[in-house]
Amino acid sequence: MAGTDFSHQMTGSQHQNGFVRSKLLFARFHIDLTLFLLLILLCCSGLLILYSASGQAGDMVQKQAMHYLIGFAVLLIAAQIPPRIYKILAPWAYLAGVIALIGVLALGVSGKGAQRWLALPGLPRFQPSELMKLALPLLVAWYMSNKSTPPKFITLVKAMLLIGIPLVLILKQPDLGTSILIAASGILVLFFAGMPWWLIFSMISIVAACAPLMWFFVMHAYQKQRVLTFLNPESDPLGSGWNIIQSKTAIGSGGIEGKGWMQGTQSQLEFLPESHTDFIIAVLAEELGLIGVLLLLVLYFVIIIRGLYMSAKCSSLFGRLLSGSLITTFFIYVFVNIGMVSGLLPVVGVPLPLVSWGGTSVVSLLAGFGVMMSMYTHDVK
Amino acid sequence: MWGHSFRDRMAEQKLFRSRAIFMALFIFALLSLLAGRMAYLQVVLHEKYQGLSENNRIQLRPVAPNRGLIYDRNGVLLAENIPSYSLTLVKERVNSIDETLSYLKTLINISERDEEQFRKRLKYNSRPYQPVVVKHKLDEKEIAQVMVNRYYLPGIDVEARLVRHYPEAETSVHALGYVGRINQKEEERLDKKQYSATKHIGKLGIERRYETELHGQVGYQKVETNARGRILRVIEQEDPIPGKDLVLHLDQRLQSAAAKAMKGYRGAVVAIDVSTGGILTQYSNPSYDPNLFVTGISHREYSGLRKDPDLPLFNRAIRGQYPPASTLKPFLGLSFLDAKAVTWEDTVNDKGWYQLENDERLYRDWKRTGHGHVDLHDAMMESCDTYFYDGAFKTTVDKISPFLAKFGFGRNMALDVPNALPGLLPDREWKKKKRRRSWYAGDTLNLGIGQGYMLTTPLQLATATAVLAAKGQWHTPRLMESIGGVSDVENMETLDNIILKDPKDWDKMFKAMQDVITGSRGTGRALRYNLNFTMAGKTGTSQVVSIAQNEEYDSEMMAERNRDHALFIAFAPVENPKIAIAVIIENGESAGRTAGPVAKAVLQEYLEGAQG
Repeated sequence: MAGTDFSHQMTGSQHQNGFVRSKLLFARFHIDLTLFLLLILLCCSGLLILYSASGQAGDMVQKQAMHYLIGFAVLLIAAQIPPRIYKILAPWAYLAGVIALIGVLALGVSGKGAQRWLALPGLPRFQPSELMKLALPLLVAWYMSNKSTPPKFITLVKAMLLIGIPLVLILKQPDLGTSILIAASGILVLFFAGMPWWLIFSMISIVAACAPLMWFFVMHAYQKQRVLTFLNPESDPLGSGWNIIQSKTAIGSGGIEGKGWMQGTQSQLEFLPESHTDFIIAVLAEELGLIGVLLLLVLYFVIIIRGLYMSAKCSSLFGRLLSGSLITTFFIYVFVNIGMVSGLLPVVGVPLPLVSWGGTSVVSLLAGFGVMMSMYTHDVK
Repeated sequence: MWGHSFRDRMAEQKLFRSRAIFMALFIFALLSLLAGRMAYLQVVLHEKYQGLSENNRIQLRPVAPNRGLIYDRNGVLLAENIPSYSLTLVKERVNSIDETLSYLKTLINISERDEEQFRKRLKYNSRPYQPVVVKHKLDEKEIAQVMVNRYYLPGIDVEARLVRHYPEAETSVHALGYVGRINQKEEERLDKKQYSATKHIGKLGIERRYETELHGQVGYQKVETNARGRILRVIEQEDPIPGKDLVLHLDQRLQSAAAKAMKGYRGAVVAIDVSTGGILTQYSNPSYDPNLFVTGISHREYSGLRKDPDLPLFNRAIRGQYPPASTLKPFLGLSFLDAKAVTWEDTVNDKGWYQLENDERLYRDWKRTGHGHVDLHDAMMESCDTYFYDGAFKTTVDKISPFLAKFGFGRNMALDVPNALPGLLPDREWKKKKRRRSWYAGDTLNLGIGQGYMLTTPLQLATATAVLAAKGQWHTPRLMESIGGVSDVENMETLDNIILKDPKDWDKMFKAMQDVITGSRGTGRALRYNLNFTMAGKTGTSQVVSIAQNEEYDSEMMAERNRDHALFIAFAPVENPKIAIAVIIENGESAGRTAGPVAKAVLQEYLEGAQG
């Protein structure tokens, strides 16, 4: 208890708790070795599956490995930045994100019927919603960490408004999946901040009640189609139901032991669409069977538990809230992706975190882990 | 303040911890839900999805169009499509290829060659789940043997496919050509979509020339296949559009007559319909069976054909280039007349040779003792060389060559015989360019008897004879009469009709050529017996250029191969020519005894056979 320093939360305090930690080399660089190794293990498994899913496309695997390298570099940098800097950055990142989202709607580049990309001269094309994935929890965590806990009702309402702005902007693109995920990352901060249970349940009830209204007023035709397909994929087996039927077939035909690495008929014969991106888990399930799936789920679970543990061990409220939100959002990605591929949830374009092909998502996810490591290691100094 | 703050922090941490624990449990529950879902799909529903994955392959299969049929002018089928049964294997569904093969061998005969070919095909077939042919042309007993035991033979199937068949086999191949398996080079060039189900393509002759029309358009079938790749049901179908049928000018009766008459000879026959230019006969002997090439000829058979000294694969009718010798004389005679170098009344005293001024060399007549005083009519009838030396010298090459060119010599005039060779019509320019020497008077003399540099194919000779018979009227020679029922006489590039300064020269030349057959001194007089129609002809005997001497040679064979080639051109009936013909017999020596009778047999078949 001695030496405990309660400085003002606004300044991004650093204090020591009672834990004695061995000073590992990694600790000096603000890296949590356990989480770091788990992430590397996950990425390696990802490369292995990708090699098969892409039809032995060596160049694709090489590119993905490059994505991982960049991602881990970003993680290392993010971990070095002390939490107080994140606190200072939080409102600005949020503001920049909101402006970029407005920019997308005003002059964005469209692809596949939706405007999601922003092409600014001198910058690589990027999706502002990707920036929001970090900026929103950052802002809400910053906002809530300045308030007393448990939060007052009015504080929660104000926070909801802050969450609502990007939610509406991304909904307009339209990108239902991403907007819900981003909103969830904000609401999770509130949950960890101690949002009362009665409020949580009443919110869930309101959302459930509003769902039919969304159907008529918010959702676009293709989104409705996805829901319809989800409810009855067999209604259009060659059209929109194709993906889900093929992925379920791939998973189911894999059995317990799988057909063997690179031996999956569904994926290798290209029955399975998007086999290297959103539906990559179906390749794993087909080729490595239930055993492979369970191993992957265990790996994800261990990563998430480690993340939650680290969040709980952050001594600043800001760090706890942010880390808790980030790791739970990570879980939501896993759940939504696997749920969608296995036919539990409607098809939304969510990649399997750190396994699906794609640079942006890999880098932003690893950046999030970097932030978590920063919160954890700087706080316990 | 302090205490309050401290308690606050503790409460804060406690609150967070409880929420985190709740979340961990929640996450565990949801991940368990996912694991349960996966287990449900992979364990409980495994069989269903196993079946779906194996059986429920909905595929879009291209369906090959039926190739157009080919008929002769009388409706005789020359090329058809007949079903052929092949034993196929899908590599991915077979447990062990070696075991399967050895089991198959206990059921049906699979030769070493079949197996070797199969292994080769297997190596080149990279697409998964593609059936690979193990053996072609199964007979009914073999089909039954395989089908009865199919339960023990996963991945093995019998596939029926339409295969090109040429009922007239040897007698039609040198006109029709044949189809064969599409090779790699052709595959690169072909329309991938149109040929996605097609295995064969026209390789030669008409089959190649009219490939586009004969092929048709590909169709599609959306099919559901079971675990063994067999089609269970057709969900959707877009029928292919079959290729167009072709009717040729070719007359199969004449082909057969030519084949019969040519038995034992090496040579070719080409006959042309005088009024249309339609090719009635295009036959080369010896011949070969095109059906061998359709499903893939064996190496042994192919090298047998290639090494045969009689060169059966060589299409002499369109690619054999021979000196026309005396068969060129009617055209030469007309060129002399048209150049006003000679008249029908002028005579030459033939002592057996011809000599140029200031030149010691004797240009000999074929008749050592000479023909005496001869005019053009007699020189034609008796084929007097001296007369033609003299005429050529007086006319000069500068007038002869352009005149001969009007008859199509020196180029391929045929519309749809693309690989016919052009022969060679020499002139001063050609010799300077190709031989780097100037044209000598001696060259003109050689040209005057159709020897020297001049080369023609039987197709060219027949074409020129047809133009002669039509008194200079040009009809581009062609095999195709109609495609898909449409007589498409497109305005093809052709030569100007030949107009002589004195049109009576045609009739006089006809008479001279008729007397080749009927005259008592005519070189083709042996043909006049049992001839029920009038016929105009011209014999020719061309010297064989010396063959490279081998150390070891069959002296008898070499002696035979050094004999002169026998040529004969003719048209009939003289008063209203319907058919023109050219015949060449390699080393046939006497045109009157070899080439002439062949031509006569074909003409008789054409002019009399129909009534009989």
